[in-house]
Amino acid sequence: MKQLVAFPQLGNYFDPIKKLITNTTHLKVIEMPKITKKTIELGSKYSPDTVCVPFKYNLGNFIEALDLGATVLFQAGGGCRYRYYAEVQETILKDLGYNFTMYQIMEKDHLRFNELYKTMLKLNPYLTKRKLIKEIFNTLLYIYYLDKLDILIRKKIGFEIKKGSLNSIKEEFIEKANKENSSIKLKLLFLKAKRKINKTPINKPKKPLKVGIIGELYTSMEPFSNYELEKLLASFNIEIKRFTNLSYLLWQKGLIEKYMKLKIRKYCKYSLGADGLDNVYRVHWLKKHHYDGIIHIKPTGCTPEIGAMPIIMNIAKDNEMPIIFLSFDEQTGIEGLNTRIEAFYDLLKLKKEETNGSLSRD
Amino acid sequence: MEAYLGIDIGSISTKGVIIDNDNNIIASTYLWTEGNPITAVKKVLKDLENKIDKNIKVVGVGTTGSARKLIGTMLGATSIKNEITAHAIGTLSKYKDVKTILEIGGQDSKIILLDNGIVTDYAMNTLCAAGTGSFLSSQAKRLGIKVEDFGKIALTSKKPTNIAARCTVFAESDLVHKIQMGYNRNDIIAGLCYSVASNYLNNVGKGKKIEGPIIFQGGVSKNIGVKKAFEDLLHEKIIVDENGHLMGAIGSAILAKKTNKKKEFDFKIKDAKLETSGIECKGCPNHCEIIIVKKDNKILDAWGNRCDKGSIKAKTS
Repeated sequence: MKQLVAFPQLGNYFDPIKKLITNTTHLKVIEMPKITKKTIELGSKYSPDTVCVPFKYNLGNFIEALDLGATVLFQAGGGCRYRYYAEVQETILKDLGYNFTMYQIMEKDHLRFNELYKTMLKLNPYLTKRKLIKEIFNTLLYIYYLDKLDILIRKKIGFEIKKGSLNSIKEEFIEKANKENSSIKLKLLFLKAKRKINKTPINKPKKPLKVGIIGELYTSMEPFSNYELEKLLASFNIEIKRFTNLSYLLWQKGLIEKYMKLKIRKYCKYSLGADGLDNVYRVHWLKKHHYDGIIHIKPTGCTPEIGAMPIIMNIAKDNEMPIIFLSFDEQTGIEGLNTRIEAFYDLLKLKKEETNGSLSRD
Repeated sequence: MEAYLGIDIGSISTKGVIIDNDNNIIASTYLWTEGNPITAVKKVLKDLENKIDKNIKVVGVGTTGSARKLIGTMLGATSIKNEITAHAIGTLSKYKDVKTILEIGGQDSKIILLDNGIVTDYAMNTLCAAGTGSFLSSQAKRLGIKVEDFGKIALTSKKPTNIAARCTVFAESDLVHKIQMGYNRNDIIAGLCYSVASNYLNNVGKGKKIEGPIIFQGGVSKNIGVKKAFEDLLHEKIIVDENGHLMGAIGSAILAKKTNKKKEFDFKIKDAKLETSGIECKGCPNHCEIIIVKKDNKILDAWGNRCDKGSIKAKTS
């Protein structure tokens, strides 16, 4: 039987991971449908009610993929309930009568090469370590470039003159990078896209409002799950800084963890699980870099973030940073979010005008 | 004379005011939305038109509240703003040094903190309607009394019953339990008022520095029982303005004035045939619900689509 591979959707990262899997295992990867209301309906129907919402999205993704004929599923894991996702989802899907094999590629907090190699060997017995290392390196590079482009785009997207011009550059990069196997050519593609982004005309005021998005990783990275918060912020002409991306989670986080702990030792002495500690540090960072406000997002019931929130409130209060907390669940009504973001925008704008002395009040 | 119209369409009640250039109220009205914002606004307009002189010209319209976009589109509003900004602006027009605004409405409750006339922080209740007006009115129905009498009865109690405040469902079962145990009715009613106030302070006001002068607004502020509960819990004097329920509408009228866009408003719109319809886009499995607003069978606007596929469909249908 021909094997068909599937893995959950997450923001931009479908293409790099697909490329990694096809290049190492030579199996076909299902073209996953984009997350829609149907995905979350399917996911919530078969999930435990109180589980955090990324679980439901992932499960919905898996059901959609299995209905398209998937036989091999990949799931990762992390430092919170995410660690149990693979096992619980496997049980739920098997109970539903689907036939498949599930591989969890990150059983502990960090990705270990030997474990990954053993897993991949099951799918392709002829895979050499050398080949896997090369492919992982290329994928990390691909993801890194993609994240870099995203960071550049986020700085400009609120002010672009021709709507959609920046995203089309990114899409073009993804399309070309999918076919490219050499790291040097990948770099050339990246530089070309970067030049294009820098050349894109924008209409940016001298001192725009700048907002940092912090919070849980899945809701930060998957636009459907945060009701396209970044798009909404861009429509208010706000410059956005988002910290969490896959490059950060895969390797950058480990490099700066000790430094973060040192900087915020007044507030936290221990890690909080998942990105809790990182989010506390980010408040400090955003203050230092003169950002105007912070938006903290999390799925309802996200334990590490709930633990981090009181600390974040304290550090934000001490630094006089306006902050709002948003919780996302499976409903898709957007009106409440609009009201809160609009009010936050008014708050930041008035505050900025006051400090710059250009506000006339009556 | 030039005047500005502000309408606040909440989940339970619809408020309308007309103000002059100096923010004085010329006419105001307050009625129930009854689940139909369009009819409610038509009634508001009719009422306001009868209350003002012929020589007053309305040159700007502002809307706020949960149906602000729908009504704003229909009336051709010059300002469509969220409730938080509208309430802050409205309250500041009367109380320049206000520090805290407590607001409890039908479906949501919010707290707005101000410093020197600028909103410095705000919070809104999250997804659940615990401790809002709708909770009180459904409990009033259960006890067989009018919501309007709630406060008066609560004040007669000397020893309010302790009622769980965290969640509406728990509060309700606690309430039933205490009724069956034989507690006094007025003590239970006073207990409900306390539970609304402490629920608010624990959820919405959590971690916020509440300083005087404090102004209490929204439909629930008309309930003197809840006002007293807040005073007891915060040990501060609470101001309830006689026009407290209109502050959102006043704020949105001021915001309309501030836009400096003048567009004469015709009250005849209340006789126009205004319709809304919802269609489901079939472009992808997301099935976006698209709302179409029609005036005399002409499409005014449509929204709700997440991508461009839906927008084309709305225009051609």
